Parts: sequence; structure tokens; C-alpha cells
Amino acid sequence: MAWPTIDRNQPAGDSGAAPLLSEAVREKIRSFFARYETKRAALLPALHIVQDALGHVPPQAMVEVAEVLDIAPAAVLDTASFYTHFWTHPKGAQVIVVCRGLTCEVLGGNAVLEELKRLLGIDEHGTSADGRYSLVTEDCLAGCDHGPCLLIGEKLHRRVRPEDVARILADPDNGRLAYERSTLFDAPSSAPGEPGAGNGTGGVHEKGSG
Amino acid sequence: MRDYEPILLRNVGVPEARTLKGYEARGGYRGIRKALGSSPEQIVEEVKKANLRGRGGAGFPAGLKWSFLPKDRTITYLCVNADESEPPTFSNRLLMENDPHQVLEGAMIAAYATRAQVAYIYMRVEFHEQFHVLQRAVDEAYAAGYLGRRLFGHDFDLQVYIHRGAGAYVCGEETGLIESIEGKRGWPRIKPPFPALEGLFRRPTVVNNVETLANLPHLIERGAAWFTSIGPPHSTGPKLFCISGPVRRPGCYEGPMTITVRDLIERPEFGGGMLPGKRVKMVLPGGVSVGVLTANELDMKMDFADPAKYGLLGLGTAAAVVVDTDTDIRLVLRNLARFYALESCGQCTQCREGTSWMYKIAARIAAGAGRRADLDILEQTARNMGMMPGLSICGLPDGATYPIETLVRKFRSELEELIGQQEPARRDAVLQTVN
Ligand SMILES: Cc1cc2nc3c(=O)[nH]c(=O)nc-3n(C[C@H](O)[C@H](O)[C@H](O)COP(=O)(O)O)c2cc1C
Ligand code: SF4
Repeated sequence: MAWPTIDRNQPAGDSGAAPLLSEAVREKIRSFFARYETKRAALLPALHIVQDALGHVPPQAMVEVAEVLDIAPAAVLDTASFYTHFWTHPKGAQVIVVCRGLTCEVLGGNAVLEELKRLLGIDEHGTSADGRYSLVTEDCLAGCDHGPCLLIGEKLHRRVRPEDVARILADPDNGRLAYERSTLFDAPSSAPGEPGAGNGTGGVHEKGSG
Repeated sequence: MRDYEPILLRNVGVPEARTLKGYEARGGYRGIRKALGSSPEQIVEEVKKANLRGRGGAGFPAGLKWSFLPKDRTITYLCVNADESEPPTFSNRLLMENDPHQVLEGAMIAAYATRAQVAYIYMRVEFHEQFHVLQRAVDEAYAAGYLGRRLFGHDFDLQVYIHRGAGAYVCGEETGLIESIEGKRGWPRIKPPFPALEGLFRRPTVVNNVETLANLPHLIERGAAWFTSIGPPHSTGPKLFCISGPVRRPGCYEGPMTITVRDLIERPEFGGGMLPGKRVKMVLPGGVSVGVLTANELDMKMDFADPAKYGLLGLGTAAAVVVDTDTDIRLVLRNLARFYALESCGQCTQCREGTSWMYKIAARIAAGAGRRADLDILEQTARNMGMMPGLSICGLPDGATYPIETLVRKFRSELEELIGQQEPARRDAVLQTVN
């Protein structure tokens, strides 16, 4: 659930402003239409793509997504505001998600969270002054065999102790997977017409470093 | 179970099994080929005979669920439940990251049996590595002609799409999941109609858990008689068990449903015993939502029947977390109550308000400002919000009340003692800040 983090102070979208979503992003969203019976069903993929492109999903982007999917902007807000993972606020370059599940708490996860807060100088939901990190907690990340754990970007850090935190924060690759990734839910990096989702063969793969 | 040969986990730690070629070299994609030699109805019958019960938490027999689909349907959907958000469960994660083709083959067999032509794998967004591994397997399967049209030369078409969630426990509930695929907030639907009649896009739909499906290739290849030879009659087939907390070997292990909670903690092939100096205080043996066991109740069998004898909701996800004697049980209470309060979707008044109040009270107790009456209020709230069938739209409040009610009941004297030891000055200071 998203209600503890709903932002009620964000200004409404300005219809006069230049579009936020590039044609390539719109095209990528449309490439999901073939997967579902309704266009609306492409909303979660769309929000993932937009968030990947912009770092968050501001109100104007919701209006534009609504246009692409042929639904009311209110429907986009209704869905986006429900899910913890969609952010209407700008976030830091990396979001650190600390697991607050029972196993991680029993194994000392709170001390890891406190160390993060101390080193970043922020509280939960905050963003560090240099804009590098935002900090949130989430319930069980399903990494209980390696608790306490935390997620940075796409990478799950396992068996983290408070004394590991500084080293993890300093590592420039701390959010990257060492596995070949699928770009299916990523924002398109180049021109439109990039291989998309709708043809049933999925996205392209690129080698992740790290 | 030293003599137990893993079936579902046989490819764990074999990196080449992540590829289609490697999977096939190790015996993969034989189950679907065999299935295609029978009619869908015969597969449903075989799965019924095997009494394969759902591994997602409710334990509903898979074959029976499939047989509820209307005979005259034209479009059918399969949803693979890979949301895995029940703390402390990670068996689906292990299956997807180590053996993605086994999951796909299971989905293919289920799709063939239910005549579904499209399968959506609903995966929680926090599964990044698992998404990339599974998407790669999907892409490989398409490229090899194992997904798409006329599969294996049969009149069988199947599209498989991964649908990534966005952080909501309730989307693991099958109708919340369906709403979420439809692009809506994950608000569970009132049932009936059940998804078998009216599910995704209002079409007949089957939702099955990843582990349930992973059983199918083996069940079909080796037959229902083999499947029922493992475990007692009400709990047949291989099963994954998770064990986490201060044990020597936290992990996901496979065995028959004859083992006990104690086996899972202590046996060298499972948890391997507690860490040095640690002692068991309580165990939540089936995911947190089934409730708690005391250290005297570890003989409970990890099957579908025994948990009820200990006042628990069921086997749940068969994922046990051990809480040790060094942990303050008030923090456990707070952790559990917070989870449900934040994850209640808010549709049903008693669930929304009940979970929030339980969290407020638990947080107050944890902060050193509890009152004895709070324990009664917790128990009463628990009794009133979930345990009456039909009052809530989904099962989340049942999952909320069992752990809180059993914890307060089974550890009442300890909680009372802790409340009795509170420092009045601290209590008053806390009460000032919360009320
Ligand atoms: C609040 C809630 C959360 C659930 N989360 C999951 C989940 O993460 N994964 C899962 O397989 N089932 C989950 N379930 C159970 C599903 O509703 C459903 O019973 C299951 O996916 C059916 O698959 P199975 O019969 O193969 O077990 C959840 C149920 C509830 C009430
Ligand atoms: S019981 Fe709770 S989680 Fe389930 S639908 Fe109602 S409010 Fe939502």
C-alpha cells in the first residue's frame, strides 16, 4: 500500500508545458498493447517505463500516459497512487530499499537501517543532500535466507551488517546486476522502433557490467 | 531426509540449467511432450488423482480448481502467481532464479490442461534478477518454437508474458492479482464469481502458484501413483520448505510433507540447528500469516492437516522463521501488526480499521507504553475482523489475525510481565507522543 507516502503537495500537471514523454517512450508503451485485451492493462508496464525514463511519475506524465492508453487521467492516478513502487516525487539517483520483514528484524536489520540513516543524514523517505540516494523500507523482500538484506537499484545485498554499509554506499556498481538483463521494461534508450514487447518475443538483452 | 532425492530443486546450483539447452539436457521439456500425447481432460484427471494441492498458501487441489472452468468457454487465461510477498517465503524466488524453464514447462502443462492460450506471470517488482532470468528463458523458448503457435507440432498455442507488479502484498491474492494485470489498483474482488468463471478480463481464469506449477512436469512424466507415493494422502508430492532466522543453514529445502518443524530447524540437511548461543523462542512455520508456535510445539508436521491442531491457519507457504530468546517479542508483535496495517488494501472497513488499530496498539506496547487491557483489545479485534467467513473480501485479515491472536494467547504471561516492568515515566512520555 502506498498511503503513508502519498504526496499531496505536488502541483497539478500544466497542460501548456512541453510533453514529458518522448515519442519513443510512447511507442514502447504501445508495444505492450498486443499483450492484453484492453489498453488499460498496459498501465503497469507503462508506469514502469515512464519511471525508468523520468526517475518518477509526475502528474503531467500521468496525463500523457492516460492519453496513450485512452483512459482518464484519474484512472492513471488511481492506479499509480496505490502501488508503493511508483513515485510521484523525484527520488535520488538510486533508491535503497531496506527490508523490514520479520526475519531481517530478528537478524538485526534495524541496526543496518540506522547506519544508513546516519551515513546518509536522512530519515526514511528522505533523499541525501547530494541527490545520490533515497531511502525507504519495505516489507519482506523474499531474501530471508540471506538476511538482513537491502535492495539498491536492481541488486539485492545480502547478510548486510552495519559495518558493511559504508563500503556498499561507496561502490559505484552497487545497484547493478551481474546478470544479462532484459530491457523489456526499460525506457527506450535510442530511436523509436526499438524491439518492444508486443510481438511475443520479448525485449533485447544487453550485458550488465559488475 | 538424507535418502530423499530433490526433484523440484534438482537444478539448483547448476548454472547451465538456466538455459533451454541445459534444462533439456537434464531431462527438461519431457513432461510437456508427454502431456501433449493425452487430452487436456486426461491431464486434469491425472492431476486430480495425484491430489496436487496448491502451494501458494490455501492448499486448494489444482485439478479440482481447473475442473471448475465452464465447459463451453472460448477464451481461458492462466495466471502464474509469482508475487511471493508473504514473509519469510522465498521458494518461488529460488525456483525462478535457478530453474526458469521448469516454471515455464509447468505453465505450459497447466495451460494445455486448461486450454489457456495466454499465460501471465505476475511477478513482484522487487524480483529483478529473477525477472531477467525468467524473461530470458521466455525469449529462448519463443526462439526455439516452444512458445507461440503450434507447439511441439500439436494443435496448441501459448503466449507467455511476464507482468511486473509494483509493490503491494495484496496483489498476491488471486483477484487482486487479476485487477493488477488489468491495470487497476490491486483491490481484491468479491467472490463469487470465482475466477474460474469470471476472472481476468471477465474470462474464465486459473491462478496457480509457481511451485504448484513446477510440480507438473514431474507429475506428468512419472504419473500420479509416483506423486502420491511421496508424503501422506492429504499432503502428496515433493514440497519446498524455507527456514530463516538465527539457524546455521537458512535456506529453501525439499522433502516430503512428513517432516516436523523441529526437523526443519535441526536436521543437518535442513536448518542444521540454531546458531551458537541461540535458543528457539517461537516459530512462525508457514509464512507469518498462519500464526505462531511456541518452543514446545515443534513436533508439528509440515503438512496440510497438522497445523490446525496447533491453532494455526494452515500450512501456508511452508516457510518457517525462528525467533530466538534474545528477541523482544513486543518487537515481533509490532513487526507483524505493521505489515498487515500497511498492506491492507483498505476496501473492507473491519480490515482497514482493525489492522491499523492493532498496529497502533502493538507499536505502543513495543515502545514501552502498553496496558494490560491492550492484550484483550488485540485479541478482541483479531477475533472480530477475520475469523468470521464471508465478512471480508479477501483472506488478508485472516492472515493478520492468526499471528496476532496466537502470539498474544500463547505468550500472554510474558507480554503481561513486560508490560508490568515498564517504567511509568517512559510510558507517560510515549503516550504523550502517540495520542
Ligand atoms: C493477502 C493474500 C496474499 C497472497 N499472496 C500470494 C502470493 O504471493 N503468492 C501466491 O502464490 N499466492 C498468494 N495468495 C494465495 C492466492 O490467493 C491463491 O490462493 C494462490 O495463488 C492459488 O495458487 P495455488 O492454488 O497454486 O496455490 C495470497 C492470498 C492472500 C489472501
Ligand atoms: S479484506 Fe482487507 S485486504 Fe482484503 S479486500 Fe478487504 S480491505 Fe482489502
